[in-house]
Amino acid sequence: MLSRVANGIFWLYRYLERAENTARLLAAGHRMALTRGTDEATQEWRSVLKTLGLIQAYDTHYSNYSGAQVCDFVLRAKTNPRSVLSMFEKARTNARICRSAITREVWESINEGWMNLNELLSRPVREGNLDNVLGAIRRESTLARGATHGSMLRNEIYAFSRCGTFMERADNTARILDVKYFLLLPSLSYVGTALDTGQWDNVLRSLSGERAYSWLNAGRMDARSIAEFLILDERFPRSLQFCRLAMHENLSALARLRGRTGLAHEALAKVDELLENRTVEQIFEHGLHEFIVKFIGLNATLADAIAREYRFLA
Amino acid sequence: MNATTADKFDEMHAPDGSVRPAYREYCQWLDQQDPTLLRRKGAEAESVFRRTGITFNVYGQDDAEERLIPFDMVPRIISGAEWRRVSRGIEQRVRALNAFIHDLYHRQEIIRSGTLPLRLLRNNTTWLPQMVGFTPPGGVYTHIVGVDLVRTGPDEFMVLEDNARTPSGVSYMLENRETMMAMFPELFTRAKVRPISDYPRQLAASLAACAPDCAGPRPTIAVLTPGIFNSAYFEHAFLADQMGAELVEGSDLRVIDGRVQMRTTDGFRPIDVLYRRVDDDYLDPLTFNPKSVLGVPGIFDVYRAGRITIANAPGTGVADDKAIYSFMPEIVQFYTGEKPLLPNVQTWRCAEKDSLAYVLDNLAELVVKEVHGSGGYGMLIGPTSSKKELETFRAKLVAKPDNYIAQPTLALSTCPIFTSKGLAPRHVDLRPFVLCSPDGVEITPGGLTRVALKNGSLVVNSSQGGGTKDSWVLDD
Repeated sequence: MLSRVANGIFWLYRYLERAENTARLLAAGHRMALTRGTDEATQEWRSVLKTLGLIQAYDTHYSNYSGAQVCDFVLRAKTNPRSVLSMFEKARTNARICRSAITREVWESINEGWMNLNELLSRPVREGNLDNVLGAIRRESTLARGATHGSMLRNEIYAFSRCGTFMERADNTARILDVKYFLLLPSLSYVGTALDTGQWDNVLRSLSGERAYSWLNAGRMDARSIAEFLILDERFPRSLQFCRLAMHENLSALARLRGRTGLAHEALAKVDELLENRTVEQIFEHGLHEFIVKFIGLNATLADAIAREYRFLA
Repeated sequence: MNATTADKFDEMHAPDGSVRPAYREYCQWLDQQDPTLLRRKGAEAESVFRRTGITFNVYGQDDAEERLIPFDMVPRIISGAEWRRVSRGIEQRVRALNAFIHDLYHRQEIIRSGTLPLRLLRNNTTWLPQMVGFTPPGGVYTHIVGVDLVRTGPDEFMVLEDNARTPSGVSYMLENRETMMAMFPELFTRAKVRPISDYPRQLAASLAACAPDCAGPRPTIAVLTPGIFNSAYFEHAFLADQMGAELVEGSDLRVIDGRVQMRTTDGFRPIDVLYRRVDDDYLDPLTFNPKSVLGVPGIFDVYRAGRITIANAPGTGVADDKAIYSFMPEIVQFYTGEKPLLPNVQTWRCAEKDSLAYVLDNLAELVVKEVHGSGGYGMLIGPTSSKKELETFRAKLVAKPDNYIAQPTLALSTCPIFTSKGLAPRHVDLRPFVLCSPDGVEITPGGLTRVALKNGSLVVNSSQGGGTKDSWVLDD
């Protein structure tokens, strides 16, 4: 396939995944803000912006962190080139560029999603309508993914779409952990005291993992099992381990199609070294934060390696 | 220029109000329909077009970057007998066009014989000296032609224009049919309408049949688009998708080892046939416009070496020029030895002194067009123009008569459209799509009907507010 199109497909799915993750993060932040005092709510909105890498951009425009303002900025502000609306627009532009590489179902789901969100986000979102809008963003992204799953040939194009999805998803999970890692540290002050389960719950919620986690752990909340769940659990579709295995599956498919491996596979091997046969004890021992920072770096290197290996840019 | 009801031909109704035979089945069906339901269907159709992204971009309009071409639900119906006559005429004309272009770039018999004046080539910027003495793979110049037809009476079909460069609109023809079948499936079980859905497959086969000798048994076909901001991008993507061809941009292509190759995830791969939707001028910055970033540096050398097919061939624009058009009856006769089956619209060449005098005297009744113009731009429609517009145009004509031709204001046939007040007649034209390959000429039954949506208007161009209709050829 054309490299330019492979690049477009890769980014199309990265943007869709990012839009969805952003909606999830806002939903969790909103819930948190509702249940806490003003100071903690401000902290929460700041951490949402930090996770999204938008805090500097936000600070140049606003001086306080009200939920309405943060949501408006993240979802639709013209001053924010990385708003959800503009992500969907970019996803759709990429879909147009790659129109002949995707099925009609996929194209229509993305085009319609963009039309719906354009309409929903044409004016500021009222708080009473926020859950509705965030739900719509997740639903549109889910529809596009479902159309992809149900209608696309399992070929090179599909492999690049999956690579984009899991690259972005792993990055998102790691960024949430990067901002919230201190909550999971077995700090002395927490020994014997009641854990701030609200905060933990929020981290799980921002990854849609709260139900799965409590089902697996019978409601028990502790740092070790949460970290293990989010980083190492192969069954949880937003864990770093799950994303790594998915990248394996798709990069192997690409290697099979061309009969050889390359830069991308070498870069993935570095991620393997970090995650394969790793125990949560080892991670805590070497430092959770260092581990996460290292993962984010390796994941970014992997994205670059894919772009170079498959000649995304002329 | 509101042509009076008496002198224009309505395709659905005879002057006595009775329904013409081709429309009988349709009108019977229509009488049984609930008008409010139909109106709702119209709105539905619009949302289908939006959702599927069947849009076009209008240059210079920021707020409306992507627009819909209005679609009217009343089909334009042509009987089998009418179509047989028309398609014979089209085939004859397209064969003559190919022979003509070949001759112009080789021995120029038509000029030697005195049939065509040499000055028409001398002053023609679409004439490419680089093509002289070269025969494209398969001997085909115009792989895809869109012949614009107008009708003024029961048997009066005339050619208004030969689009021999890169005619657009075929995607609307196909999507209009899909939309009609989705909205009114029962109609298609009642009326026998000849299918058109084979067009993309025929296009692919026709292009493959023109592949250069170096191509394998399954030639690689690519559609070259200027990119997503081009007004016809939807069509480029649509055709590539339907043909199973690659949709490439200039930046994807490079000349390597004497072939035009595309940058794939696994290195460069040669292309055998390039269906280009960029103009000649932008095709190769080394040969033509050096500022072009839409084309491929060096592609012309590869072409001349016979190692890629470019469709349509560079330099076919010479046959697509309105001054040449005025000679088409002579051209058809010259190459086929037959009388033209489809007449031209009467045309005055303003380059000729007597004609110019006539045109200047009768400006208010005529349509004046630029020789190289297209899309309905830069033309004067005498009867609807103000005194001031007429005077401005008169000055242009006097200053540069070679640049213009004039035609009578035709009483184009009408076909009804749906309006809020029921059916109302509007002027239509027809662009059938024709494929040429060494295997022969194929004409898709029907084509794209363009319709002027404003009452009395004769301008059907989508860039100027025209709409489209599904066009049926009956299998009768």
